[in-house]
Amino acid sequence: MRDVAVIGIGMTKWGELWEKSLRTIFVETALLAIDDAGVDRLDSMVVGCMSSGLFIGQEHLTSLLSDYLGKNPVPAARVESACSSGGLALRQGFIEVASGMSDIVLVGGVEKMTDVTGGEATYALGTAADQEYEGYHGLTFPALYAMMAVAHMHKYGTTREQLAMVAVKNHENGSKNPLAQFPFKISVEAVLQSVLVADPLHILDCSPITDGAAAVILCPADMAKKMKKPVVRITGSGQATDTIALSSRKDMAWLESTHLAGQKALAMAGQKIGDIDLFEVHDCFTIAEIMITEALGLVERGRGGKAVEEGLTALKGKFPVNPSGGLKAKGHPVGATGVAQAVEVVKQLRGEAGERQVKGAKRGLTQNMGGTGGSSLVHVFEAD
Amino acid sequence: MAGIVGYGAYIPRNRIKVEEIAKVWGADAPSYKKGLMLEEKSVPSLDQDTITMAVEASKNALKRAGIDPKAIGAVYVGSESHPYAVKPSGTVLAEAINATPEVHTADLEFACKAGTEGMFIALSLVQVGAVEYGLAVGADTSQGAPGDALEYSAAAGAAAFIFGKDKVVAEALQTYSFTTDTPDFWRREYQYYPQHGGRFTGDPAYFKHITGAAEGILAKAGMKPADFSYVIFHQPNGKFPFRVGEMLGFTKKQIEPGWLVSKLGNTYSASSPLGLTATLDISKPGDMILIVSYGSGAGSDAFIFRVTERIDEVKALAPMTRDLLDKNKVYIDYGVYAKYRRKIRKAE
Repeated sequence: MRDVAVIGIGMTKWGELWEKSLRTIFVETALLAIDDAGVDRLDSMVVGCMSSGLFIGQEHLTSLLSDYLGKNPVPAARVESACSSGGLALRQGFIEVASGMSDIVLVGGVEKMTDVTGGEATYALGTAADQEYEGYHGLTFPALYAMMAVAHMHKYGTTREQLAMVAVKNHENGSKNPLAQFPFKISVEAVLQSVLVADPLHILDCSPITDGAAAVILCPADMAKKMKKPVVRITGSGQATDTIALSSRKDMAWLESTHLAGQKALAMAGQKIGDIDLFEVHDCFTIAEIMITEALGLVERGRGGKAVEEGLTALKGKFPVNPSGGLKAKGHPVGATGVAQAVEVVKQLRGEAGERQVKGAKRGLTQNMGGTGGSSLVHVFEAD
Repeated sequence: MAGIVGYGAYIPRNRIKVEEIAKVWGADAPSYKKGLMLEEKSVPSLDQDTITMAVEASKNALKRAGIDPKAIGAVYVGSESHPYAVKPSGTVLAEAINATPEVHTADLEFACKAGTEGMFIALSLVQVGAVEYGLAVGADTSQGAPGDALEYSAAAGAAAFIFGKDKVVAEALQTYSFTTDTPDFWRREYQYYPQHGGRFTGDPAYFKHITGAAEGILAKAGMKPADFSYVIFHQPNGKFPFRVGEMLGFTKKQIEPGWLVSKLGNTYSASSPLGLTATLDISKPGDMILIVSYGSGAGSDAFIFRVTERIDEVKALAPMTRDLLDKNKVYIDYGVYAKYRRKIRKAE
């Protein structure tokens, strides 16, 4: 296998992009990444998108996006793994470059979610759950994560306030990210007083509905070095699956797929979790971040709530988690999220993250998750 | 100079509280009360509709105008809830106020701005001398689907304005319209309840068009927010008018007299027109008033009025809008509300 480097990143402002279509959002972002890399060709492109069919009535993104990017007849693939579609695209691009099949690969992620009503968006997102055993019984994602939260609170004594502190921390970080959908701070009181969605989760415990895209350019590390660009290598890639239905899990308060994907990625990179300087993880709901910090081994099982309360995961804490603002403040265009995490880590490792820069960051990790953890992808990045 | 010679309001007596609706649907009443600044809304009785309310408001306008109804040459009714799909509301109104047969009549529809559309046309006809007097009414018994966010605001009411050149109460100094094709809210034929684009009804719809119209008319008139005693914006909820006012540089003090929505709800075509009748009720000669409507689909009409000495003579000739809003109320529960709004029907 060849070493793989990220040589270009692209992301535009996320939010309710009423004036832009999926193709526009994607192309703007992809062009930024191509410019940043300074490459004059693409050998292949892989795009993560969860549900353009349900959100905008459009499939066949391979042809659409390569066409509007002006890159026909480039080989293109669209991959789907619910909210971890972006992470999966990154892994496929990584494998393609590492294997020697392609040299320069564009990895993108995109979702246009605001062209449908809230109810239709909830339905589209709900297809990431087990339709026969969960969806048809009326379960939505806030309800599923609420059950995970209740299980965690029951088992470990995690509190409502600790959940709220995840959102407060991520908004604090997001307030320093000009591309974030909600670049402002919130308080624990504001979270606790916001509308109750599914007990114990309030609306400010939930990531928003977002339009957005992100893109990176991958190439062999040897080629990257010759281009005299800041080189960030992907040194580990791990992926794992788990039961799609939450009710089939041995432990509703544990994310086994994230645990396994993390172990694999770290083993491939030859690193320990304690060696990583920053983490971009899938805080689709506040409880998710707490459970992810445990599954990755940042803290002991059951200590995730305490960790955020003690500031361990704050920007200036021992393990900065979600310096970008996370899904909560940055936004969560589902297919784009996994790629945007890579964009943030590369920015941090290049020292280009501005006010939210984690000082001296050399190694970063991304964790992207589908459904309630039915799929997880973890990547480890290291600066040369 | 042409302007308003008579104005009148009508609001049904029935009210339903936000808590009563939220209770039925298991919804969070405080979020509607705090977030949208809504407390209660008006509800029409079984024997009330857009036409009956238009007649009531027009009679009040005639009392203030003190003119012979036969001198009215144009009658326009703006509504999104005309009782008939085919057959005009305007003919019933014109007949009821004794303005027939020498009169031009039309029904208008443009979501929440059909009322100001009628005002624009009636005023224009008076200005060019085509008619001596023109009557424009905004009236609605708007419906929100059960459990939808709109159900907390969709209300009933009517406001009527008679335009002319003699004994003018408020001179029309300037008009301006701002229109684009922006589908934020719609109801197709044979559908009973409207659909809306959720958060899309905010920035790209309400705020874009109201700021567009307000900035346009201010530029055209060479005026600034501080030049006005009062301003009325369309009131789909309590929060939007204050937010758009702040964006444009108006103060709460300028907005409050015409801000009725927390106790009235959104009366659609009558929303900003009722804000204008309430503002005229408390205005003094020389006051400058700006009104900006908003209709989904989408567009805004803006008018600048200057109140004359005549206002003091006509105010007391018909019921004040705030009295219609605050006095003589009857609170109903969701069951009665469901009957009045024909959500349930008695078996025949």
